[in-house]
Amino acid sequence: MFKCKTSPEVGGMGHSVKRKEDARFLHGKGNYVDDVKLPGQLTMVLVRSPYAYAKIKGINKEKALAIPGVLAVITGYDLKEFNLHWMPTLLSDTQMVLPTDTVMHQSQEVCAVIATDRYIAVDGAEAVEVDYEPMKALVDPWKALDADAPLLRPDKEGQKDNQIYHWERGEREKTDAAIAAADVVVKERIYLPRIHVASIETCGCVASYDKDTQKMLVYMTSQAPHAIRTILALVAGHVGLSEEKIRIIAQDIGGGFGGKVPVYPGYVIAIAASFLIGKPVKWIEDRSENLVNGFARDYHMDCELAATKDGKIQAFKVSTLADHGYTDSSANPSKYPTGMFSICTGSYDYEHAFAELDAVYTNKAPGGVAYRCSFRVTEAVHAIERMVDKLAAKIGKDPAQLRFENFIKKEQFPYESPLGWSYDSGDYKQTLEKAMDMIGYDDYKKEQAEKRAQGKLMGIGICTFTEVVGAGPSKDFDILGIAMFDSAEIRVHPTGKALARFGTKTQGQGHETTYAQILAEELGIPYTDIQIEDGDTDTAPYGLGTYGSRSTPTAAAAAAMAARKLRAKGKKIAAHLLEVSEDDIDWEVGKYFVKGAPEKCKTIQEVAFAAYTNFPAGMEPGFEATHYYDPPNMTFPNGAYICVVEVEEETGAIDVKRFVAIDDCGNIINPMIVEGQVHGGLTQGIAPAMYEGIVYDDEGNVLNGTLMDYLVPTAVESPHWETGHTITPSPHHPLGAKGVAESPTVGAPPAIANAIIDALSPLGIEHLDIPITPAKVWEAIQVAKAKA
Amino acid sequence: MIPANFNYHKVSSVNEAIALSQKLGEEAKYMSGGHSLLPMMKLRFATPEHIIDISKIEGLSYIKEEGDLLKIGAMTTQTEMEHNALLKEKYPILGDAIWLTADPSVRNVGTIGGNIAHGDAANDQPALMLAMRATVVAEGTDGTKSIPIDEFFHGFYMTALEPSDVLIEIQIPKAKKSSGGAYVKIERKVGDYATAGVAVHIELDDSGVCQQIGIGLTNVSAVPMRLERGEEILRGQKVTDDLIAQVGQVASEDCEPESDLRGSEAYKRSIVNTITKRMLNKALERARQ
Repeated sequence: MFKCKTSPEVGGMGHSVKRKEDARFLHGKGNYVDDVKLPGQLTMVLVRSPYAYAKIKGINKEKALAIPGVLAVITGYDLKEFNLHWMPTLLSDTQMVLPTDTVMHQSQEVCAVIATDRYIAVDGAEAVEVDYEPMKALVDPWKALDADAPLLRPDKEGQKDNQIYHWERGEREKTDAAIAAADVVVKERIYLPRIHVASIETCGCVASYDKDTQKMLVYMTSQAPHAIRTILALVAGHVGLSEEKIRIIAQDIGGGFGGKVPVYPGYVIAIAASFLIGKPVKWIEDRSENLVNGFARDYHMDCELAATKDGKIQAFKVSTLADHGYTDSSANPSKYPTGMFSICTGSYDYEHAFAELDAVYTNKAPGGVAYRCSFRVTEAVHAIERMVDKLAAKIGKDPAQLRFENFIKKEQFPYESPLGWSYDSGDYKQTLEKAMDMIGYDDYKKEQAEKRAQGKLMGIGICTFTEVVGAGPSKDFDILGIAMFDSAEIRVHPTGKALARFGTKTQGQGHETTYAQILAEELGIPYTDIQIEDGDTDTAPYGLGTYGSRSTPTAAAAAAMAARKLRAKGKKIAAHLLEVSEDDIDWEVGKYFVKGAPEKCKTIQEVAFAAYTNFPAGMEPGFEATHYYDPPNMTFPNGAYICVVEVEEETGAIDVKRFVAIDDCGNIINPMIVEGQVHGGLTQGIAPAMYEGIVYDDEGNVLNGTLMDYLVPTAVESPHWETGHTITPSPHHPLGAKGVAESPTVGAPPAIANAIIDALSPLGIEHLDIPITPAKVWEAIQVAKAKA
Repeated sequence: MIPANFNYHKVSSVNEAIALSQKLGEEAKYMSGGHSLLPMMKLRFATPEHIIDISKIEGLSYIKEEGDLLKIGAMTTQTEMEHNALLKEKYPILGDAIWLTADPSVRNVGTIGGNIAHGDAANDQPALMLAMRATVVAEGTDGTKSIPIDEFFHGFYMTALEPSDVLIEIQIPKAKKSSGGAYVKIERKVGDYATAGVAVHIELDDSGVCQQIGIGLTNVSAVPMRLERGEEILRGQKVTDDLIAQVGQVASEDCEPESDLRGSEAYKRSIVNTITKRMLNKALERARQ
């Protein structure tokens, strides 16, 4: 286990110090975007389409403009004058800011009402008369590829059908051959439906353009403020928004989970409105707007897993249909249109794999948000972990045993996966053993046998996942060409206290605490003496932001590297102060001392003071350092989760009796914060497993567009989470750390699904797609009984 | 999530409320806790021109036994009922339901009268009132009237109340010895409206024969529904497992659920069967205590 090098007062790595940010949150002093109130501020509300697919024959603004306080109604034609009615997406597609003639999904932005306050703006939006001519919506992604399907994007040059792209990785022929020759092949079509990130704070911004200074100040709920600034400069450079004049400030954020990475049309309209009017314009989504627009998942995966009759896995193939809605607005690194989906070979050692994906247009909201899953890892892990259990069931082998026999072994790391990843570290066997010990696996197996003999339905589900986080190395990872490094800048003041700024953006991760702990670890300055800032593009160093569990792999590494630069400089100063050669100076946390004479020493605080007051001749004064960290590889956190459920046959009710999660995220900065993240992530894992999913009808209407019907689980639905760790430090990360925030969201759904399906297996049920609700279980039981 | 414009009026007495309602006409709606009406207004499903806030009328919040009746003031909040010693001891069915209704912040404000007067079959209290054979007391332009619960619910969001009527009190026959009631609903998550709910109130004589029985169903029909055919099976009979099974079957046949996000019609009928049996057993257990 990890041993702390620092005292609790210094609070370096491994100490569960309390979060510095919590006092203001607990006292109601958080500062969110809707708290921003600027003099003369106007409010914008969007009119949205009731139809999934319709021609817009006309927009009558008159009645809205007649309402006192309504100042403007902005349509696509108004934006077209400035060529701002379309915008590029991160993945080279195009998205309407406001339409001129056609709406492509229900709740699409149709026009914007600007008014003196929100109440008036909402009345104004109600009074706008839009003349729609509804068309037959294309909702089923499988039908989108039919030859006679209507062409949804004729605006795109050369677009002849509704396919957006085809992607593949691995060796098709060899994989097909291995599957054809295998003793056992299990197949399944697995669907992960659209889900919604459900952050408590919806998206929004306050755009404030000052015509005199020509500065555009935007307060925004953004996980990636620097990227947003650059994108705005690229999108709106032609109307005069130059990057040095744009300032994005992301203050406190009430949950991001990936949903606050993209640029939404509302941002662009508010910014354009403020630019034209010269007054601050606030736009805040309401709950249903937030719920219906933007999504994660929506992958239909045809999986084939081949093995010997003893259960040695030989090949895995997955062919996916991805429903992207009317535009591919996925927030992925540019070279990874399917994100990190190619991690789908999992934690197992075999030779052949092939993954392909076809992305299609439909009349649904665009999205492809990486909801707490580091870019499509949730889909990938669900596919392989369901299939491994299906294989175990097919050959009658214990799913834990099957995993042990197929795991990549500890000594095989770094492991080159068949689809091209270089797994950095792990000890899968130890992690699963720990989970089995903690839950009492063998006892549950016995209990299950007894219960089954009594006709009761009890299931045990395992998921042993491998995550891939920390995008990413500059050779592969960029967003619009910008390499996905991240940054830290440290200023140690003369009195030995410090201010550090980062290119990432905290939104619940606790960076104000954990980054300070890293600097405490590296410099020996107590974490309480270190102020952490982020989110203001005028002050923070450039970075790509916080999502995909990338902050620890990138910015935390940058913090350590910048601190080490300071330590090197400090050594020279200490040598100067102690009047010895630099080679005679040693370091232990917080102080420099003369080798062999530890009583002759200078603390980091004394050295910092000297950096401003008594530095060696010729040395640049000051005690500051900056580092831009370009990671050499991704980190590969992993875990073993085990879930025990009981299902009531009569009603389909599902009772999650136990859930044990063992995570290996390398060295841990703050165990308490990691545990909190794991608890939150597990709850966000049971959510899609048993509750959540956006439901569309045949006309493309969202049927559960409020939190009354979109079922976000609460503490009542959450089982008692039992957590633990194994630690295999990342060999390439300066702190040996890996990302963790998304592991539980990735690992929990297959563990829960496997457990429920295991419970139902005596009835002959082999697979259910998530969310697995009591109603779905009940229906499956009726079908199974009718067959029997 | 912002309601259309409306005029707000606050009244301090029932008479003032009735007079104002009469003056303002059909476009005026009473509001006490507001936890049914306000969400509909925010979604602009309801756009009343006038809101008459009756929440500050005093003297309508009480729980007491008087004569043969349990009387609950219409303005009594669900939280007040939840923590009331008399209800806990003698009418546990009310606690069953309130514990399953929405969440504490809603129950702190939402009233028993509002829950019933809204006329929504998805609300929990209507099924209880049907099972417990309640009487609804209202005051209107023509004085005080008592409306038997069987005559109260007329249709989807429609009740026997005239636009100016103010619901004053709920009267429930006082709990007899050897009586018991129970309620449960199946919900998708805490605070949800019922996928299906069943309320049972039963009275036994000394030999264990069912003297009185009431069964009400939640959210499996457009109008809050009483399971009369099921009641007839048990009334005057010694309750057996076989009869309970028959009632469950009848419940699943007579309810009128629709397939929706909460589940298919068949699933809901099956659930109604199961929980009807369970609540009959639970009510019997309480009656025998």
